[in-house]
Amino acid sequence: MTETNPSELDDAERRALRAVAALMIPACAEHGMPGADDDAIFSDITASLGRDAVAVRRALRQLDELAGAHFADLPGSAREEAARRLREAHPPLAAALVAAVVRCYYRDDRVMRAIGMEPRPPYPRGFEVGDGDDSLLDPVRARGPIWRKAP
Amino acid sequence: MNDPVDVLVVGAGASGAAVAWSLAGTRMRILCLEQGDWVKPGDYPSNGRDWEERQFADFAISPNRRAGAADYPIQEEGSPIKVANFNGVGGGTLLYAGHFPRLHPSDFRVRTLDGVADDWPIDYATLEPWYALNDRMMGIAALAGDPAYPPKPAVLPPLPLGRTGEVLGSAMNRLGWHWWPADAAMATREYEGRARCINLGHCIAGCAQGAKASVDLTYWPEALRQRVQLRTHARVHRIETNADGMATGVTYFDADGREHFQGAEVVIVACNGIGTPRLLLHSASGRFPKGLANSSGLVGRNLMFHPYSLVRGYFDEPLDGYRGPHIVAWSQQFYETDARRGYVRGFTYQFSRGQGPVQTAMSAMGWGRVPWGAGHHEAFRRVFDRAAGMFAICEDLPEAHNTVTLDAELKDANGIPAPRINYTLSDNSRRMLDYSVARATEILREAGATDVVSEAPLPYAGWHLLGTARMGNDPGTSVVNAWGRSHDVRNLFIVDGSVFITSGGVNPTATIQAIALHVADTIKQRLANLFD
Repeated sequence: MTETNPSELDDAERRALRAVAALMIPACAEHGMPGADDDAIFSDITASLGRDAVAVRRALRQLDELAGAHFADLPGSAREEAARRLREAHPPLAAALVAAVVRCYYRDDRVMRAIGMEPRPPYPRGFEVGDGDDSLLDPVRARGPIWRKAP
Repeated sequence: MNDPVDVLVVGAGASGAAVAWSLAGTRMRILCLEQGDWVKPGDYPSNGRDWEERQFADFAISPNRRAGAADYPIQEEGSPIKVANFNGVGGGTLLYAGHFPRLHPSDFRVRTLDGVADDWPIDYATLEPWYALNDRMMGIAALAGDPAYPPKPAVLPPLPLGRTGEVLGSAMNRLGWHWWPADAAMATREYEGRARCINLGHCIAGCAQGAKASVDLTYWPEALRQRVQLRTHARVHRIETNADGMATGVTYFDADGREHFQGAEVVIVACNGIGTPRLLLHSASGRFPKGLANSSGLVGRNLMFHPYSLVRGYFDEPLDGYRGPHIVAWSQQFYETDARRGYVRGFTYQFSRGQGPVQTAMSAMGWGRVPWGAGHHEAFRRVFDRAAGMFAICEDLPEAHNTVTLDAELKDANGIPAPRINYTLSDNSRRMLDYSVARATEILREAGATDVVSEAPLPYAGWHLLGTARMGNDPGTSVVNAWGRSHDVRNLFIVDGSVFITSGGVNPTATIQAIALHVADTIKQRLANLFD
């Protein structure tokens, strides 16, 4: 544990967070999607903790306390139970874990393609949005002004 | 460097930019001091693959979360609604959604019409020409003919309705309720050097295209061309006064922490409804022991936020998702008081499109719609690109116990006391929020949503910082007069949202800027006897 660099996890914390990632978003063969514990994605997760690092580490400690053992050493069912109890008893800590995992998972090229997105940032190409049907406003016009006059 | 100037503006956000530009034509020496820096278009998150992540990091709306060099901390444990802002050239306009409604004529006569709060000392007609000028300066996209407003021109074509607008608008038609394309601070075609909107869909983390009308792209280039000076990294912490009770200038810290005095004949404060009372209270002296301009005791009181509710529906069909500006259309069906609803005043619905995959997952997991584990992927596919909804912007009535004060312990990087927020949600606001959730749920069900989720009040939605240096004709019950001049210090003006008497139920930027232009115009008209 390095208090001077709170975003850097120690080995035990990395194992625990990887186990959390695998539990939260497992791989999906049907859609060809990796799990959140995939090497590239997990590397991105640990490098991107940033402002959430302190909360993530606190969440991992809380998971250990709830489980009565190191989270990563638990069998699958016990991990699920500890995670469920964390979500119920400590929603902000669970939310920190969710944020840490999903913001890296859903920017992975393979994941973005699998959910129908191009793996690119919005700028500079932008996106297309249809103009829509302006005639839908005709009934609104027909009802006339609704603003309230004031003295 | 620090020769005295004629006019000193503190803050380069929405109102500071407008007032500086308007006064530029007078040939007075005008200087604006801004604690932040310029943000380059290439710095915005939508340039990179981490575009969603950075909305929670260096472009977070919460200054406490963002914690950048220009930010000051805010002690807000005493408030269920947390402050959102941005400190830099452009201020909050860099991160706003660009929703750009005006107040209504009725908003200026709340006491007369509904027997609550107070009437404003000005009215809609006073501001109407400044709203119109501001719409042209900002380049506002709109569709003329909205039945919820007196007639007003449209500067640019409206935003695309997209599939989201069609689905929600059709539902509103079946219910017989008002809706209309939202006035939006977006260049829907090229306008005054700004590129047109290309639907990046990430407006509230800054527009890499430069299509969103943030004032670093609208007013400031025009003001700088007219030789207004803008000094960045200048954190003003005191307004100084002389034995006559007049402001003599300000003291500020530069980027290296060195303290400077900048003299001025006129000081205009444009620091928003939190920063302005903080500065005035921190300017207390032997002459002004309660804080500057505070003989009424109202500096920092009557803080209004606009409590927000968020209601989102999940649909079977794909909608616009992350494509296009978040804002689409609005409804002001529930804007005016109807006693049958159990509360006074009302709200605007701001209809919104969907979100990117990261925010879709985070919000849906938070609401329990996407689980951890084996069911994650199927559940995610049921919500991604299939969400739409609305925010209700509820009128927040002024209450003296909602305050901005100086915190006794928390300080910023220069040792200046942080603002402390104490705010409670009124029973009227709670009832209005509940009503807004109920009607929004009805709308979304009518539109075909198979699942609806809601949250009220939204905690991280304190965008609108209003009322903490209110205007009025009576020095005993207000801080500034009807044209923004301090009752106590005759060469001190305030032009930001602090001067609001009531909040209305709309986003305030259009009104903040219209007031700034109104104040600037009055200054110009009264130059010969400005301090009388």
